Amino acid sequence: MSQTMRGVLLYAVMALLIVAVGLAQSWTLALAILNLCLISAVMALGVNIQWGYAGLFNVGIMGFAALGGIGAVLVSMPPVPGALGAGGVNLGLAALAIVGTLGAALYVRERAPVSLRTPLGLATVVAGYFVMRIFLDPASEAIEAVDPASAGYLGGLGLPILIGWAVGGLFAAGAAYLVGKLTLGLRSDYLAIATLGISEIILAVLKNENWLTRGVKNVTGLPRPVPDERVLQEAHWIADLAARFGTDTITAAAVVARLAYACLFAAVLLIVLWLAERALRAPWGRMMRAIRDNRDAAEAMGKDVTGRHLQVFVLGSAVVGIAGAMLVTLDGQFTPGSYNPLRYTFLIWVMVIVGGSGNNWGAILGGFLIWYLWVMAEPAGSLIMNRLTSGMESGPLRDQMLAAAPHLRLFLMGLILLLVLRFAPSGLIPERTRR
Amino acid sequence: MDNLLNALVLLSNFVLIPAIAYGAQLALGALGVTLIYAVLRFSNFAHGDTMAFGTAIVILCTWWLQGHGIGLGPLPTALLALPVGILAAILLLLVTDRWVYRFYRARRSPPVVLVMASVGVMFIYNAITRFIIGTGDQRFEDGARFTLKVGDFKALTGLEQGLAIRTSQIITIVVMVVVVSAVFWFLQRTRTGKAMRAYSDNEDLALLSGINPDRVVMITWILVAILATIAGTLYGLDKSFRPFTYFQLLLPIFAAAIVGGIGQPFGAIAGGFVIAISEVVVTYAYKGFLTYLVPESWAPAGLVQMLGTDYKFAVSFIILVIVLLVRPTGIFRGRVI
Repeated sequence: MSQTMRGVLLYAVMALLIVAVGLAQSWTLALAILNLCLISAVMALGVNIQWGYAGLFNVGIMGFAALGGIGAVLVSMPPVPGALGAGGVNLGLAALAIVGTLGAALYVRERAPVSLRTPLGLATVVAGYFVMRIFLDPASEAIEAVDPASAGYLGGLGLPILIGWAVGGLFAAGAAYLVGKLTLGLRSDYLAIATLGISEIILAVLKNENWLTRGVKNVTGLPRPVPDERVLQEAHWIADLAARFGTDTITAAAVVARLAYACLFAAVLLIVLWLAERALRAPWGRMMRAIRDNRDAAEAMGKDVTGRHLQVFVLGSAVVGIAGAMLVTLDGQFTPGSYNPLRYTFLIWVMVIVGGSGNNWGAILGGFLIWYLWVMAEPAGSLIMNRLTSGMESGPLRDQMLAAAPHLRLFLMGLILLLVLRFAPSGLIPERTRR
Repeated sequence: MDNLLNALVLLSNFVLIPAIAYGAQLALGALGVTLIYAVLRFSNFAHGDTMAFGTAIVILCTWWLQGHGIGLGPLPTALLALPVGILAAILLLLVTDRWVYRFYRARRSPPVVLVMASVGVMFIYNAITRFIIGTGDQRFEDGARFTLKVGDFKALTGLEQGLAIRTSQIITIVVMVVVVSAVFWFLQRTRTGKAMRAYSDNEDLALLSGINPDRVVMITWILVAILATIAGTLYGLDKSFRPFTYFQLLLPIFAAAIVGGIGQPFGAIAGGFVIAISEVVVTYAYKGFLTYLVPESWAPAGLVQMLGTDYKFAVSFIILVIVLLVRPTGIFRGRVI
């Protein structure tokens, strides 16, 4: 069986799996799964650009996805009246302090004698940090005092949320540039630890800097890029549609709204996929693979390995950021407390490895399949546990087993990852080697 | 004079003692990570969850012992349950090695494949731990909570500030000293320990000299299980047990191992204390401390806290980045491949 045939077949099976949910349970559920599959696929594409193209081991996906999410929030939410007036001046001064600190640090780096460079640079940064805090603390206090029950943060720009997707990508790219500058060129494990750290820090900032993100109070009611389900329920054409398919208007409205989301997400996925494939076939992609497969040889041929790594790290993180913004858009809310590295970092890794690292089509398939299994494993786990315990008398053991059902899917994901690594290390759709 | 003493007591109570106890826990964790790195040559992402698993078994055993009225008097019952947790962790790690890691070792796969496999193992350990004990917070400290109570200290010294030393803190430090000395004695003095170091230095040469690699790997996993379970139990006694917290400990532990010089046992200890002390020092609010030292009119209005406690992960990360920039091999010159 040729590789193309195999890919087509696997995608067909995936489509059937989703259709099966539609037929057996409901189309709204099938579309909900499809939407998250699409977002997961975009995220997996981003990771595949870093790992599959360049062999960079990024364990900070959660942080970049969260940055994308806050990008969407800051662009789309309406501005909070009075918040900027309350803390704007101090905020500007704090920003000025950051810029000044960076400038001073760079100056020290350039001009100070070599032996004093690091201590002086550090001292500059620490001093700059305290200067920034002088302005930031009153600013955040003033902003958080503005209508704390419903706002208490700066709010956004009130622009369409689709612009927020691009901004989310830019945020993630900016963070990736900083992290990459610091840690690329070190050995791969160090990059992994550093990205693990940066994602925790990003989450800590998003949870605690209430003046910017509302923190754990969450931002809800994000504007939608597609018509609201409740508005759709009133529309005449929805009623006609519902009558034609023999359902009620509520279901029809939900299906139409989710389909609209699916179209948007699919469009993003296709654009990113097209760009990624173009890049992979271009000389640039060939160079990236050369660097991945033999770094020393590529360096000897005059390729700027660290520079290329930085480039690909930024690009991949931007894609993850866009996916993060899409996720927040779909949820309609930004909840920093809900980001968990198992779900947002390591699950994406399972997707890429299972799908086939280095192959974009594989990464997308992995995104679809693993998300599907992740969603389906929870009810399946409960079902299995119910079956297993149905004969038992009620007691602590039975309760424990029922309560443990949700953890079965963690087990399943680990098992899938280990089995694929062992028996099909190149994944479901392996990377193609062209001559 | 009294002011100075009060300030120092305050600092010891809230910075020095907690930081040393936390440092001891991190050091034990980092020692495990670094041993795996030295002998098996990969960063084990499942280490936090190994700690969680061992601790979960210890907790279950502690509850069983408490249920039967068996205890250690002033010491926490968990110490009695420790061997059971260690045995369970040894079993788990050896089975994992047999089923997962051995295959890649035989094929001499690149380290990143082993790291990937350890991510899969991490998921599975996570599931097992949650399966046996749930996701919630568990406290299992019993016995005498304090070795030195605030009131006793005040009565003893007549100072305004009190000093309290928790039993768990004393136990942490004592156990850490004992365990670390034993591990170093083992690595330096015994035949097996020397074989381990030889294998870590140069695998091929060690094989040529007739060192049995399977045995070295097995002993390494056993040591790692002991260290991880003890580190996890001490952390749980000192703070509390929650599977997710243990997963998050991965970051400071890795940071400690790298800062000290990865693959260097001494480095892991030093790194653990560096990370822990900086974390506590940076996130402590110095208002009370400064109020004692400066004239009344200069007393600070704010908390004088460099970073909020929620940013403690940032501290490990920043130290890690600084060390990687200034001295990429770590304090004790670890290996860099």
